[in-house]
This record gives sequence, structure tokens and C-alpha cells, in this order.
Amino acid sequence: MGIVAGMKNFREPSVIPGFGITLGITLTYLGLIVLIPLSGLFITTAGVSFAEFWKTVTSARVLSAYRISFGASLAAAFINVFFGLIVTWVLVRYKFPGKRIMDAMVDLPFALPTAVAGIALTALYAPQGWIGRYFEPLGVKIAFTPLGITIALVFIGLPFVVRTVQPVLEDMNREYEEAAVSLGATRWQTFYYVILPELTPALMTGFAMALARALGEYGSVIFIAGNMPGVSEIIPLIIITKLEQYDYTGATSIAVVMLLASFLMLFAINLLQAWSRRRRDE
Amino acid sequence: MNNISTKRKSPIAGPPWFRFVLIGTSVVFITALIGLPVAAVFAEAFRKGFSAYADSLQAEYAVAAIRLTLIVAAVAVPLNLVFGVIASWAITKFEFYGKQLLITLIDLPFSVSPVISGLIYVLLFGANSIFGEWLHDNDVQIVFAVPGLIIATIFVTFPFVARELIPLMQEQGTEEEEAAILLGASGWQLFFRVTLPNIKWGLLYGVLLCNARAMGEFGAVSVVSGHIKGETNTIPLHVEILYNEYNFVAAFAVASILTLLALITLLLKTLLESRFSSPTNRH
Repeated sequence: MGIVAGMKNFREPSVIPGFGITLGITLTYLGLIVLIPLSGLFITTAGVSFAEFWKTVTSARVLSAYRISFGASLAAAFINVFFGLIVTWVLVRYKFPGKRIMDAMVDLPFALPTAVAGIALTALYAPQGWIGRYFEPLGVKIAFTPLGITIALVFIGLPFVVRTVQPVLEDMNREYEEAAVSLGATRWQTFYYVILPELTPALMTGFAMALARALGEYGSVIFIAGNMPGVSEIIPLIIITKLEQYDYTGATSIAVVMLLASFLMLFAINLLQAWSRRRRDE
Repeated sequence: MNNISTKRKSPIAGPPWFRFVLIGTSVVFITALIGLPVAAVFAEAFRKGFSAYADSLQAEYAVAAIRLTLIVAAVAVPLNLVFGVIASWAITKFEFYGKQLLITLIDLPFSVSPVISGLIYVLLFGANSIFGEWLHDNDVQIVFAVPGLIIATIFVTFPFVARELIPLMQEQGTEEEEAAILLGASGWQLFFRVTLPNIKWGLLYGVLLCNARAMGEFGAVSVVSGHIKGETNTIPLHVEILYNEYNFVAAFAVASILTLLALITLLLKTLLESRFSSPTNRH
């Protein structure tokens, strides 16, 4: 046992076997599949001069793609927080026929392949589509515009908000809202001052997760976007285009910018979740 | 309106019209956003009748795409299943330094754009890449071939099983395992007789999600595929090609297979959840 204690002073002793082998396999597999390949991205970029890197990631076409990607993703995340909150509220607090089906449907964007979602949404929102045809006479084009991109991203992001807020709302102690009402608060006051603050960390986490997913999303967007440079071309598509032209350094440079953005989002999400956990423990 | 009522009388559930407006908004929103696209897939697939639908699925390249997707999933899912169980064991049965970082790293593929997930393997194994020359000399092709598709799929589905198991096993703690060891169980007996029965539903759910994503992944495999008809096109890539060729009926027909897979996955998930919340699992 002396060896065990000496070797593993970075962990608490346990009678359960298999620590060394399971952690070893985990780290090896993680390294081979995720960490080494990802670091290859940074190694490749290190071979590019900074001037060239900067020129690639700030070219006019790339800058407008950032604007479209961030703009549509932010808009979609806000829409998801608004409707996601209503959907979650209805799922947790009310009983109505078809509730189980609606609850299951919320997960569909997780399970449905993005390419399938992409062509289905395009079929709906194209000028002759089931929904698009009603907007066409009004002069509103949905498919092949940033509006179409936003709808695809709302589709992709909704489950993140609902599934993050749902457990928090389910666990919420109703005594506070009962107390608020019995002390004379109106329904809106109770919602705004008692319930909403409790839900804020979860809503922000859901917002950040939906935003992070939307920024990198490719399959569901490219069909509905129309992909016109400067108008409806998203960042992931620019990476693909550069790869198809064998411009590997260009593709890698933009990928590094995106990857750093997603690491920042991941960091923010982790902070928000820690905050959310603390709030729930209190 | 009788069957619209609150679970427990909540003071702010509001009058019936208020509940009706909120429920109505949700139903309309979910139906329009999520229900209609699913209906559209089947409507477009059957637009020219059942025989056109059946023909689309029996076309040579469609069959090849289905076969390739099954092969990719058959390799990627079991590997990630084994990894997921091993990683969850290491993380939940022991206390060690850096655990939170390890969990974050396992979740990392979720935060990476699918396009980048494919790109990293092109940089690693493609022509002019880090290992490219060696692979070329030894006549091994990874990128634009089946191995590349498999590796990219493993990357994107990497966290699914572990992510389902870690919270579940954390909640279950280690007392049962410790008792079994003290009673003389071996490591394997411990896993198959004590741990596995406790986690089987969560494990099954994780595998379902992992499989759905493995068969449906688009962005990452699109980058490493090379789009060689009949050779490196999985079902989603074949859908894209058919769609871009304006062969809409065939595109939606092939897409309907994946839609069915998604619907079955959700159905099983809903059934599993009612298992999860059986009295034995809820405290």
C-alpha cells in the first residue's frame, strides 16, 4: 500500500480498483482524439507570419462574415431565451393535453441531423414553401437572407435554453412566490422580482450555449443561407471555401479565431454554471 | 378547458385566459419551428408517390451511403461507449486533482464547430500535413477516405456517453462499490454486478444520442470526405449532393431515413426517462 499512497498523492485513497488504468486510458484517448489534433491547428498557424494571419482574418469578406455570423447568432439566442422561457414555464407549471409530445419535440433539434434540418427549413421558407409563400407577397424574403440564417439558428439553439432552465424551474421553491403573493405582490411583480432573478443564471447559461452552438453551426445554415458573400455567408462556410481552394493557411487562420471565440464562450459558460450551482445550493 | 390546470395551485399561475395564451404561444411556436420541418421532410419525400420514394432509397449511391454510414457508426459508437464508461469510472469513483479540467476537456468537442472538427484532421493527415508525407510513402489514406470519416465522427461524438454517465454516477456515489469490494468482489464482478445495473439506462441513452449524432454528422465529415460518390459519402453528405443536383424527391427520401432515426431516438429517450424517474431512482 505504500507504493499506492506514494504514487497517488494527488488523489484521495479509495478501495475501489482501477484508478490508474482508467485514468490512463482516458488521458491517452483524449490526447489522441482531441488534444493532439486540436493543437495541430495552433502549430499550423504558428507557421504563418502574423502580418499574413492578420490580413486573412480581417479581410473585407471575412469581416462581413463575422458580422453575419455574430449578428444572426445573437438574434437567435435572444429569441431562444424569450420563447424558451415561455415554453419551459408551460412545460413545468401547466398541465395540458399533448404536453409529453411537446416536451419530447423540444429535443428534436439535438437528434435531427443538421443537413436534414437545413433542407427541410429551406423547403418551408423558400418563396414557394409552406411558410415562405405567405411572406413573398409582403415583400419579405426569408430563405437566402440573414433572416433565414436566424431561423435555422433558433431551431438549433432552442433545446439548449429549455433544457438548462427546466431543472432549475422544477426545483424552485414555491414558498417564496406564495409569500410574495400573500404579501400583496401582483403576478408580474412576483415574476419579475422573485422568479426571474432565480432563473437568471440558467437563462444566461442557456443563452451562452445557444450562442456558442450557433456560431459554429454549418449544416442547418448553408442550405437556407444562399451563401452570398457579404450578405449571407457565414464564417464556417468561409473555412470550407478556403479548404476547397487548397488555401490551408487561410482556412486555419480563420479557424483559430473561431476556436478562440468558442473557448471564451466555454469559459463564460463554465463560470455561469458555477454561479448557477452556487445559487441553487444556497 | 377543464384539463388545463396547474400541477399544484401556484399563486401566479394566473387566470385561464393567461394560461391559455402561454400554452397557445408555446404550442404554435414549437409546431412551427420543429413540427413543420419534420412534416416537410416526409411531404417532400412522397411528393411523387411511394414508388419514386422507394426508387430513391434503392438507388446505387443511396445504398452505398447507407452502408458507409452503418460502418462508420459501427466503429465510432462502440469505441466511444467503452471510452465513456472508462472515463466516467475514473472521474466519478475517485477524487483527484484536476478532475474539473478533465471534464471540461472531455466536453471540448461540443464547443468546437463541426467544420473545425474536420479541419484538424485534414491538417494532421492530409497532403502537405504533419503526417502527410509518411502516410503518402506508406500508401495509407486517411483524409478523403473511410478512416478519416470514422476519426472525425469519433471526435464529434466523443463526449456523449461520458456526459450522460458522469452526473448519474456522481449522484450514485461509491458506497455500493466500496461495500462490494469489502465483501471480496473482483474489479470485473464489481463493474458487471454492481455498477452496470445501476447505470444501464443512462448508458443506453448516451449510446442512443451518440449513435444519432454519428449517423447524422454533416459538417465534420463533409470536410474530410472528399465527396467521392459511392465511396466516401455518408447519408447526410449524399442528401446534400442530391439536393444540390435539384433532385429534391431523392434528397428528402434519403433524409427521411435520418428523420425516422431521430424520431425513434426521441421516442426511446422518452420511454427511458419514465424508467429513470421510477421510484428506485428518485430519492
